[in-house]
Amino acid sequence: MNYADLFRVTLPETALEFAALLVLVVDLAFLRKTALRPRAAVASLLGVVGCLAAAWAIFAAGSVPYAYGNEILLAAGGLVTVAQIGIVVLTAVTLLLLIDSAFTRHVAEFAAVVLMAAAGGLLIASARDLLVTFVGLELLSLGLYILTAFAKTSAKSAESALKYYLFGGMSAAFLLFGFSYLYGIAGSTNFYAIYSALRQTGAGLPPIFFVALVAIAAGLGFKVAAVPFHLWAPDAYEGAPTPSAAFIASVSKVASFALLVGIVSVTLTPAAVTVPRVESGLAEALQSIFLNIFVSSLIFLLALASMLVGNLAALAQHSVRRLLAYSAIAHAGYILLGIAVGTSRGSAAVLYYILTYGLTTIGAFGVVDVVERATGSDNFDAFLGLHKRNPVLAAVLMVLFLSLAGIPPLVGFWAKFNLFAAVLGASNGAIPFALVALAVALSAVSLYYYLQVLKRAWVQPAVHDQPIQAPPVTLAVLVFIAAAVVLLGCFPSLLQNWIASF
Amino acid sequence: MLALTIYLSFAGALVLALLPKDRPALARWLALAVAVAGLAAALAGFLAGIGQGRTVLVDLPWIPSMGIRFLLAADGISRVLVLLTGIASVAGILFSWNIDHRTHHFFAFFLALIGGVYGVFLSFDFFLLFVFYEIAIVPKYFLIAIWGSTRREYAAMKLAIYSFVGSAMVLIGLLSAYATAGSHSTSLIALAHAGLPVSFQMWCFPLVFTGFAILAGMWPFHTWAPTGHVAAPTAASMLLAGVVMKLGAYGCLRVAIGLFPHGLDPWGFAFLGIGSWRDVFAILAVIGIVYGALVALAQSDFKFVIGYSSVSHMGFVLLGLMALNQIGLSGAVLQMFSHGIIAGLLFAIVGRIVYDRTHTRQLAELETMHLSRRLPFAAWAFVIAGMASMGLPGFSGFVAELQVLVGAWAANRWWAIAAGLGLVVGVAYIWRALQKAFFTDLQPTAEDHPKTGWHDLGAIAWPEIAGVSLLLLSTLAVGLWPRILLDSIEPAVQSLLAGGGR
Repeated sequence: MNYADLFRVTLPETALEFAALLVLVVDLAFLRKTALRPRAAVASLLGVVGCLAAAWAIFAAGSVPYAYGNEILLAAGGLVTVAQIGIVVLTAVTLLLLIDSAFTRHVAEFAAVVLMAAAGGLLIASARDLLVTFVGLELLSLGLYILTAFAKTSAKSAESALKYYLFGGMSAAFLLFGFSYLYGIAGSTNFYAIYSALRQTGAGLPPIFFVALVAIAAGLGFKVAAVPFHLWAPDAYEGAPTPSAAFIASVSKVASFALLVGIVSVTLTPAAVTVPRVESGLAEALQSIFLNIFVSSLIFLLALASMLVGNLAALAQHSVRRLLAYSAIAHAGYILLGIAVGTSRGSAAVLYYILTYGLTTIGAFGVVDVVERATGSDNFDAFLGLHKRNPVLAAVLMVLFLSLAGIPPLVGFWAKFNLFAAVLGASNGAIPFALVALAVALSAVSLYYYLQVLKRAWVQPAVHDQPIQAPPVTLAVLVFIAAAVVLLGCFPSLLQNWIASF
Repeated sequence: MLALTIYLSFAGALVLALLPKDRPALARWLALAVAVAGLAAALAGFLAGIGQGRTVLVDLPWIPSMGIRFLLAADGISRVLVLLTGIASVAGILFSWNIDHRTHHFFAFFLALIGGVYGVFLSFDFFLLFVFYEIAIVPKYFLIAIWGSTRREYAAMKLAIYSFVGSAMVLIGLLSAYATAGSHSTSLIALAHAGLPVSFQMWCFPLVFTGFAILAGMWPFHTWAPTGHVAAPTAASMLLAGVVMKLGAYGCLRVAIGLFPHGLDPWGFAFLGIGSWRDVFAILAVIGIVYGALVALAQSDFKFVIGYSSVSHMGFVLLGLMALNQIGLSGAVLQMFSHGIIAGLLFAIVGRIVYDRTHTRQLAELETMHLSRRLPFAAWAFVIAGMASMGLPGFSGFVAELQVLVGAWAANRWWAIAAGLGLVVGVAYIWRALQKAFFTDLQPTAEDHPKTGWHDLGAIAWPEIAGVSLLLLSTLAVGLWPRILLDSIEPAVQSLLAGGGR
């Protein structure tokens, strides 16, 4: 145990927490009597500075993991760094959306909670220990519940937060329950130790292990909104204030998938792979194959259900927020395919996908926010004639939704291609192939519901003709996101090389 | 030189999209200038390429980690089809001269579609080809949905979903070919030489072929074509029939047959005389020829006649491909060119010259309008175009369909006989439409009721004359001297038959 080391590794989290406190203090001490907008601007910009500091700290931390004794507690470097930088960047983008929003007077508290939740996200992206994971998850989740309920004047916001909280509390209980069994089996809370213990239980895995696995799947499935643990998502997306919804849809997803990628990476560590092979017999080899097959079929099952339910339910929606929620469920299904194959290439593809998806979805929520404030609704029909009322916004919407549908040359297409190629490259099995084929086919279905919105924005005549004014900062952020989606789509190697460089 | 066509079109689309909306004349002239420049580049590239084999135009690394290259190349087939695209785009813009609703958007989508089409014809990398192929889908949707007529939103969505389902099948083929070849390249040449296992080709060929053939209007996946053609604005129908259906046929030839030639091998058993995928698709093509012609014979809407005639004529392309011999394949490529020109001409006459003046396409109503005397230009243009469509000697359709029939006869004479029946019906439906639309005088008019109720239909404008002349000259030139194109097509077909993309 070395506190200097701990401080070095958790410097990014510290930076975020410090920024959170600073935001609160500045607002309380200097800006009590100021108008809302400057306060929001200060809170948001301080938060962005905090994110930048955290990003710098992540770079500075390098790739030396933090170990307690000789067990790695917090990993660093590689995909962990990528995920962490993604989390702080997306947090900063979300905070920028706060400047123009007016759902609350407590902007500093909002920014502070966002930053703290992001710190939780950073923690689970690097955690290699059950307890650290759980603490990070709770830090993230509790922040999300508060953020969902933040529009205090909106009954919808309160309702969705309560639903989210109840589901979340339940799933956290499942997760902790599963973790406790896992600890009971392996005698350690460290991922690496648990993995090698599982592979070395020569006499066969105890049945209790499968209970643990299912409980953990429920807990983590909730975080990534995989079917059948997805029920909170449409309500939360619909009721939460827009920056919160964008945060839930992006940062929280990135962090949760980063956790899954972390778990996969444990199984890929050379030490973990070679340990049982040394003195294992046939039974143990079979054992480990069985373990892999069982776990990956469990994930495939979740992926299958998420793709089907997400895409098909999205067809029936009339609210863009709920549409985005179901499409998020569908996307989670695609991404889980990359987790299930359990290769490092799959993991890189997963991160690529979730990072670009997160950016796109923040933009989508930004557009919804502007339209919603002008028309008072997020129904499809609120978007009627958008091309006339605000051409830039309509163009941004087109780029983002086509990217979500996976149309080249936008980044969503490349993310899908890369992910599916990684899945097919990892195994020749019939099941992965069938699932990829299904995912591609369902992408065709998804075009239908994205076009339903674009049709209203671009094709059908407007009911009201007066222009929609987009607030300047929001508009700038949205244009930036759309430009990034196009640019990364045309030059996918930019981001891919960057990911590979860690 | 040829690569310029792509860049010009996309740059033109971008500029037009950013143009202010109150300058329709500027938008028109700009679009025409871009299209003419594209045609000039295509023509120059075509002339420069005569007598040459495959020439590489651009070869840059694009996504090095997956071996994907920005590889543009042209062989005789590509050059012919690029030339067709150039002609069709200029003609399409000439026939859209009267579009005054969101003119700049119209031409922006139009040029984006054209750019995608050029891109497909010039790509020699499967991934790149697929990207361009999908880029072409979205503008089609908006062109039909915004500027279309009868049931336009339904038709546009149907077309988009059909196209996207087709491209999903192609994408599955692309992903699995990439994973199976393991060569870390998506170049068509490399994949053709990767030695894909025969069993793989056996299932991948029908998948990819069907995926592309959906867009080529193969029966029974043709139903998007008539509704799409009818709903589309004139220029879009011209492009749909003229070049977009060729995208599908080109994909069948270049990708499905080029990459998976063993998919055409006999299965080793025969069911009802069908012993290979070749038989299956040839029979579907023949059904398309006969069925399309018979249905065209029964239509009451003038544009549906032409819409179904496209299904019939595209059947000849697919039949020529399945003949799998030199003459059949050359005929298929020539038929692509020929049908692109002739269908464009027919749609222009029906949709622009007649419909925009009479505001009806019902043959029963046109019968009462004495169009041969009120619109003699339209009537005689349709007579000539109809002769070309029937396949009379002297027009390009004759040479093309004769070659296809000869090729099909060599492969299986029953195919040729059935297709020949389709040709006869083809004469009948053109004849019927010609007579009903232009040359029926149900009521005595000339002396008894001199021109009562003949409100002015408007003079024929110069863009219409220019467009008709361009298309007529093209079909006549190729009909009278088919060697201009065949000299380019035949060597390319030969090398394709000789194996892969060599």
